Amino acid sequence: MSTTPVKFYQVGSFAVGNRLLPAAAGSVQSDMERTNALTSGHRACQGCGEALGARYAMDAAMRAANDQVIAVNATGCLEVFSTPYPESSWRIAWLHSLFGNAPAVATGVAAALRAKGRTEVRVIGQGGDGATVDIGFGPLSGMFERNDDVLYICYDNEAYMNTGVQRSGATPAAARTATTQAVGPEPGNVFGQGKNVPRIAMAHEIPYVATATVADLRDLEAKVARAMEFRGARYLHVLVPCPLGWGSQSCDTVKIARLATQSGLFPVFEAERGEVVSSTPIRQRVQVEEYLKLQGRYSHLFSPKRRDDVIDKLQAAADRNIKRYNLLPEEEGDL
Amino acid sequence: MFKQVEGSRAVAEAVAACRPEVICAYPISPQTHIVEGLSRIVKEGKLGTCEFVNVESEFAAMSVAIGASATGARTYTATASQGLLYMVEAVYNASGLGLPIVMTVANRAIGAPINIWNDHSDSMSQRDSGWIQIFAETNQEAADLHVQAFRIAEELSLPVMVCMDGFILTHASERVDIPEQEQVDSFLKPYVPRQVLDPANPVSIGAMVGPEAFTEVRYMAHMKTLSALELIPQVAKDFEEIFHRDSGGLIRGYHCEGAETVVIALGSVLGTIKDVIDEQRENGVSIGALGIISYRPFPFDAVRAALKDAKRVVIIEKALSVGIGGVVAQDIRHALSGLEIHQYTVIAGLGGRPITKASLDDLFNKAVVDDIRGLTFLDLDQELVDAEMKREAGQS
Amino acid sequence: MEQPFAITLQVESSLANHTGSWRVERPQYVNLMPPCNNACPAGENVQKWLYTAEDGSYEEAWRALIVENPFPAIMGRVCYHPCQTVCSRGQLDEAVGINSVERFLGDLAIEKGWSIPVTAPSTGFKVLIIGAGPTGLSAAYHLRRMGHAVTIRDAADLAGGMMRFGIPKYRLPRNILNAEIARIEDMGVRFQMNHKVDNVQDAIDDGFDAVFLAVGAQIGKRAYIPAGEAARILDAVNVLHDVADGDAPLLGRKVVVYGGGNTAFDVARTAKRLGADEAMIVYRRTREKAPANDTEIQEAIEEGVLMKWLSTVKHADAGVLKIERMELDDKGYPQPTGEFEELEADSLVLALGQEVDLSLINNMADVEVRDGVVHVDPNMMTGRAGIFAGGDMVPAERTVTTGVGHGKKAARNIDAWLRKEKFEKDPNPKVVEYSDLNPWYYSDAPHAVRPRLEGARRASNFDEVVQGLDESTALYEARRCMSCGNCFECDNCFGVCPDNAVIKLGPGKGFEFNLDYCKGCGICVSECPSGSIIMIPEKS
Ligand SMILES: Cc1cc2nc3c(=O)[nH]c(=O)nc-3n(C[C@H](O)[C@H](O)[C@H](O)COP(=O)(O)OP(=O)(O)OC[C@H]3O[C@@H](n4cnc5c(N)ncnc54)[C@H](O)[C@@H]3O)c2cc1C
Ligand SMILES: Cc1ncc(C[n+]2csc(CCOP(=O)(O)OP(=O)(O)O)c2C)c(N)n1
Ligand code: SF4
Ligand code: SF4
Ligand code: SF4
Ligand SMILES: [Mg+2]
Repeated sequence: MSTTPVKFYQVGSFAVGNRLLPAAAGSVQSDMERTNALTSGHRACQGCGEALGARYAMDAAMRAANDQVIAVNATGCLEVFSTPYPESSWRIAWLHSLFGNAPAVATGVAAALRAKGRTEVRVIGQGGDGATVDIGFGPLSGMFERNDDVLYICYDNEAYMNTGVQRSGATPAAARTATTQAVGPEPGNVFGQGKNVPRIAMAHEIPYVATATVADLRDLEAKVARAMEFRGARYLHVLVPCPLGWGSQSCDTVKIARLATQSGLFPVFEAERGEVVSSTPIRQRVQVEEYLKLQGRYSHLFSPKRRDDVIDKLQAAADRNIKRYNLLPEEEGDL
Repeated sequence: MFKQVEGSRAVAEAVAACRPEVICAYPISPQTHIVEGLSRIVKEGKLGTCEFVNVESEFAAMSVAIGASATGARTYTATASQGLLYMVEAVYNASGLGLPIVMTVANRAIGAPINIWNDHSDSMSQRDSGWIQIFAETNQEAADLHVQAFRIAEELSLPVMVCMDGFILTHASERVDIPEQEQVDSFLKPYVPRQVLDPANPVSIGAMVGPEAFTEVRYMAHMKTLSALELIPQVAKDFEEIFHRDSGGLIRGYHCEGAETVVIALGSVLGTIKDVIDEQRENGVSIGALGIISYRPFPFDAVRAALKDAKRVVIIEKALSVGIGGVVAQDIRHALSGLEIHQYTVIAGLGGRPITKASLDDLFNKAVVDDIRGLTFLDLDQELVDAEMKREAGQS
Repeated sequence: MEQPFAITLQVESSLANHTGSWRVERPQYVNLMPPCNNACPAGENVQKWLYTAEDGSYEEAWRALIVENPFPAIMGRVCYHPCQTVCSRGQLDEAVGINSVERFLGDLAIEKGWSIPVTAPSTGFKVLIIGAGPTGLSAAYHLRRMGHAVTIRDAADLAGGMMRFGIPKYRLPRNILNAEIARIEDMGVRFQMNHKVDNVQDAIDDGFDAVFLAVGAQIGKRAYIPAGEAARILDAVNVLHDVADGDAPLLGRKVVVYGGGNTAFDVARTAKRLGADEAMIVYRRTREKAPANDTEIQEAIEEGVLMKWLSTVKHADAGVLKIERMELDDKGYPQPTGEFEELEADSLVLALGQEVDLSLINNMADVEVRDGVVHVDPNMMTGRAGIFAGGDMVPAERTVTTGVGHGKKAARNIDAWLRKEKFEKDPNPKVVEYSDLNPWYYSDAPHAVRPRLEGARRASNFDEVVQGLDESTALYEARRCMSCGNCFECDNCFGVCPDNAVIKLGPGKGFEFNLDYCKGCGICVSECPSGSIIMIPEKS
């Protein structure tokens, strides 16, 4: 990571800001003058992680790019709740075209800017997991492969939320969605091979790939800032809990994202040119159960009958991440 | 400057003379030579900072074009057939967003069965897409229409599809007067976008619009497209002043005035039709032709005016609307409604089947005495069809 | 730029959409009772002055502190800091070193000579305080700040009570004590020293409108120990008093101190400093059961004080003691075992607690005495209207800090009584529980341990044992505070709101909710590290 943790005892570097920090050392979100790229009045559900993640990321990008940002958005919740005629909640130059083409549209914007010699303007593509890992995957890969000068941000809420919570390629195993119902002998989503787009992005050897969550703002902001230091294709995958789709309490959005990281289910790391260069260690390890039990989409794992077999499999996946990304560096020997 | 060139090359050079800023394309026959030519021109540095983006699909091609155009770049792409269908969602999106992209469609049949040869099925499938569609009769016109297309597109902030017959035009080598750079520059001013993505003046483009305003949005798009019916002739006139050529416009008649029988067609087949007409007129037949250049918007008034004195019209269609027949025929019928004019639809040239003078001659001979059916498939191998249908019936 | 109808929208036009109407609950900023404040016997607003100190505003912090307690430098040395025992941070890593920051502020105030102006207009009321221990001094201080004329009478020649004549100076240097008392004197409190009050009634008759009794517990408890003629048996309080007077008694080479409270340890440690080769604590229970403060025991051990737990003194003679070994019964009470041993001892110092000398109220029947201490009502008033009492002479924990708290509480009630009002304390807000906090946000930062003089060195002299923090460590320590139940402007709410519904008002001004847009999701509540936001139902 490019940031030096702020030596700050009271709240360390984990809170959004602090009155004692000089403004420059504060997070973008602590800045009274932050862009508020996605401002009030949008129609996201209460406690929407995607609304939060998008503002975090876009405000950070605005700071990094001296406010010279154009954003391209795929169809999905973020687009729908931000721009229903006649109201837009964006405060930045923004374009929505289709569900499956945001990376390509962003490429077009970048190409136009380059043709016009306006390379100070930075381009960000953004979309949900459906837009990114499924329908827009071809354009995303093309954008990566050509190394187009675009930062693409996936707001991963692990399903097609806008259409009513259907399964996507990013839906985790065992999760209930409208198309992977909690019925039958193997309720919820299948245990497939998974589709790890950050790793796929790394396989393109693009300059920068990172994961982040809405639970660690400073990390997320640092990654956006780092991403903006590169030219070429960059990918940021942000976990954004969705109270509606996950069946969680609206107040738990950040907490759930935190548990996703602290259980190891969602590894937070960054990679440059195909190599992992850092991972964010788990600070307070929890078992996956802590994470699962806050979410209705996993309730079938706990009642009417506890499914230890399934929980164990999910725990194994978390353990694998911990090992693979070295998320518990101090316990390395024990694994 | 006259050059003996392939149609694709002529188009590539004409497009290049328009100083596009972003070109993106995905290869598909018979469009390939156009974009290959342009990619070379860009790579040679002849287009300055123009970006040539080799995309991974037609869907991406149109999407890149959308992004580029929305950022204020003059943007061009080309496709055909499957490629056009592959990008359809974005095709509609480009027009919906009012982005003045110019796209060549090197017309080709649509599979299955897969077929790389010419017909108009691809363009016809997009007639409702909100794009302006203009059809070139010759390679000269193809080159010229591209220059005009950028003007029309940018003046209206609507995308324009220039349709040219695959292979027949794209791969035919002819003498073409390639538009000169100075002439193009005086005809086509730098693109000033109607709306643009600009951090200095941010807007949100691409809102979701519900029932409360959707009809109005579509109506306004319709009205704007219709306004092209005035603009297109004007642009053709301006073009003629600078280039001293009659290219473009809405329709083009050929001995149409006073003719009892008028043959209607789009694109290169008009050349063959005119040859047959010339011969028949020498034999005293009252026959003429009407070429439709602007298919969308459809020039109802001009078509009606041109045909009002005819006794019958024969519509040569290079596309089939399965389950009804002609595509253009429906529009003609609408244009002529209330007039006592016989209308014959002839489906011809599907999947690249040659439309021969002999067949047309035969067809017209019958048509002028009203000896053809309302819907005819030119050169259909009826024997084969009967045998196969019988076989299929037997199998079931 | 021409904007196409409906497809292209103006930026931030969504501000017209007031999503606040979706809300069924609304967030509200609150100030709850931090555990430290709640536990402080002097009622200090610990969280507030730590918060103030965190940005280096030490004088402001000190002034916030002395609103409740005039003795930060003393507190920082002798208070047993129950605040730290309950400090929430203790559940995360280690309690905040509240006490050491307090001392830092107190010392700084002395060093800088910060004074306390009396700004309240004179009320014309005269209050007499009997006893210049911490309880009396605290009452005097608070009453003076309220504008009353205050006179303190004390039998001793110097003010301070047990702070001077009990607590040894290696724990509380006299310059510190003097400085903090002098500040009170400077406020215009009249001290009448060497002025033993034998009869409260007489004092009232001197024309005072109210009286506060704070005479402490001065008489050392005696246990009956059969002793030979030549046995040298002394009383701990007297020993310490004499030492404080510079009149150290002869204790001999080997000293045994009988008792397990702080006084016992103070005497043992003092004996070492006076030159005893051996000082030994004899106590009938175990170390765990000893009432003395654990650090005090620890420091004594470090200084070489010996311990004899589970032992009682059965007989004392010249140079030798007979000790019986005890053992704990099922209930944890020590029971005699009948096993005896002999112990060499030149002197035996009894440190078995103190009793109150009640002679000054002997003739006041309406001042009720129960179990040897004066009974007071919840307003600190005795059975006689206008006569209040506090500190060691009333039933309570016998600590300096409790005395200071009593002094404050009595002052407020005396003030109200003088004005013929009733003192109504604002109801305490809810005490913050650890589960109200979101400790995730606090990074690990262990407690800055106060430097200690090397045990060996310190036992030989009366230099102060525990040293203060330097500024950077004090600041570090202050910043470890998690600000339980009170916003400390970490910006989390401002950051985590998906609806931008938190308005940041700027440094020191906190935040406000923008209820036009707040959807009531409650994330701000969950993610507030300090538990300073609650959700309340929306009125329908
Ligand atoms: C050795 C020792 C060590 C201690 N260490 C600590 C410690 O580390 N921390 C802690 O918090 N507490 C400690 N304490 C307890 C603490 O000192 C007392 O609880 C506290 O001083 C009580 O305060 P007070 O004002 O009620 O009484 P005192 O401090 O006893 O003050 C009473 C005052 O009244 C005066 N007086 C008495 N009778 C009369 C009279 N008739 N007329 C006029 N004046 C009179 C006395 O001279 C004295 O000045 C210790 C006590 C002892 C004995
Ligand atoms: C081509 C196409 N197919 C399907 C849809 C319907 N659709 C719109 S948004 C959406 C789901 C979006 O899911 P995701 O990208 O994960 O974003 P989210 O809403 O979950 O944030 C779908 C299926 C569409 N708009 N376009
Ligand atoms: S469905 Fe989920 S992602 Fe969509 S607005 Fe609601 S909370 Fe956000
Ligand atoms: S963390 Fe701070 S506010 Fe909370 S109990 Fe400790 S000192 Fe008091
Ligand atoms: S986070 Fe925002 S929307 Fe949610 S309760 Fe707090 S102020 Fe309201
Ligand atoms: Mg999704």
